[in-house]
Amino acid sequence: MVAEDRKYTQDHEWIQVADGVGTIGVTEYAAQELGDVVFLELPEAGSRVAKGDAIGTIETVKSVEDLFTPVSGEVAEINQAVLDAPETVNQEPMSGGWLVKISLSDPAELDGLLDAAAYAELIGG
Amino acid sequence: MTHEENQNLRQTPLTSWHRANGGRMVPFAGFEMPVQYEGVIAEHTAVRERVGLFDITHMGEIRVTGPGAEAWLDGLVTNRVVGGEIGKIVYTAMCKEDGGVLDDMLIYHLDDDDWLVVCNAANHDKIASRLLDLGASAEGVEVRDQTDQTALIAVQGPLATDLMGRTASLADCADAIAGLDFYTCLVARVAGNEWIVSRTGYTGERGYEIYIPNADAQPLWDELMAAGADLGVAPIGLAARDTLRFEMAYCLYGHELSEQITPLEAGIKWACRFKNRDFVGRDAMMAQKEAGVPRTLIGLAPEGRAIAREGAKVFAGDDEIGFVTSGTFCPSLKGPRALALVAADRADDELTVDVRGRRLPVARVPYPFLAPRVKGDPRAERTPKSE
Repeated sequence: MVAEDRKYTQDHEWIQVADGVGTIGVTEYAAQELGDVVFLELPEAGSRVAKGDAIGTIETVKSVEDLFTPVSGEVAEINQAVLDAPETVNQEPMSGGWLVKISLSDPAELDGLLDAAAYAELIGG
Repeated sequence: MTHEENQNLRQTPLTSWHRANGGRMVPFAGFEMPVQYEGVIAEHTAVRERVGLFDITHMGEIRVTGPGAEAWLDGLVTNRVVGGEIGKIVYTAMCKEDGGVLDDMLIYHLDDDDWLVVCNAANHDKIASRLLDLGASAEGVEVRDQTDQTALIAVQGPLATDLMGRTASLADCADAIAGLDFYTCLVARVAGNEWIVSRTGYTGERGYEIYIPNADAQPLWDELMAAGADLGVAPIGLAARDTLRFEMAYCLYGHELSEQITPLEAGIKWACRFKNRDFVGRDAMMAQKEAGVPRTLIGLAPEGRAIAREGAKVFAGDDEIGFVTSGTFCPSLKGPRALALVAADRADDELTVDVRGRRLPVARVPYPFLAPRVKGDPRAERTPKSE
């Protein structure tokens, strides 16, 4: 049931690339495991980020988790709607609950990410 | 969790039900307990607006009986046990000689010379062995640890009385249950077994706690779930149990209370009676009162929505003056709050809290964070119930 139209990370994030811009969010599995999201911190649009950086935080009732970027580049846009309604991350993690868009500076970084089959294996195992 | 760790955890009579009904199981105080089912906010809301069921079988139940029981117990705890009517329940701390809190607990006056001490799961071994050891040399006192034989189900929420009234196995005492005042209890006989029903809870809502033999737990739970279906009854996990108690600023042992914190510091002075009685820890607490209680528990509202969590340091200017004891998102308030233990003489300064390396401005606010939900809640109103 893992969507095949995007790539995944070991940290349970997804990235979907169109026209050199990657949209990033957390997976259905992550949203389930995290529990109710109540607060998010996201980077400023325009800021430069490097693959692996902690670029934000996801707070739930019980804990706080870092948001890591799987790619390098410049933050093109953040999802204002999830800042106002953090529960969107739980309700629509794979669509309306996206977090940031990043203009990729090195598209080859995508090759190191998991495809749907590999991610399905990760969460099934 | 590895299989090996799992094997060492204790189960309740309801563990298989939790697993089969979406409960996410976690280790807690040596038990395998459900932390959530549908989700913490949905469960929290179910209790504030309707009614929820909690399996809290992990709590400790220690029976103290005999002609010497009343006076003996009175000397071990901060609140007054002597002279209470049958059916009354007292919230109290049990302290060390130096005033540090060993545990907070409820003491039920079940009958003449018959008392039930209900302690926290995390402190059960410590409290049970203390009572068994001290009780062995006390005149006219018998102590029995009934924890392993006793299951405990809490029914909490504005519709709790309705639900209890529809429960067939409680039909014989339905009127008596509906008439229970807060912090009172009754003992019922159900098919020959002793059931203790009390108007108590850890949520701030109208509610009950039902102590039953293990074998009666699953049938009662099933009955409550079925009878409450059209009331919107929901099973509630430990995560929502925590947010519910936190909004009421009820102390949680290991957070607001510990062996290094006195009841006076933790804001439960209302549960300490000093006049005309003696108890373990009294001298140290009187000395602390005289010298000025050095620390105080305060409520904090962080600016914005970031959460100042347990352990975060509290600052007045550049001076570290204390730490957060509990901090989370309050679903009913839709915002974060924290409780912090700070130097009493700096509690009204402008404060900040270190949240992951950043100083977050916080405002001191009164607690409970949510107004008391029922009349006569001593833990929410923080006033003595009676002299």
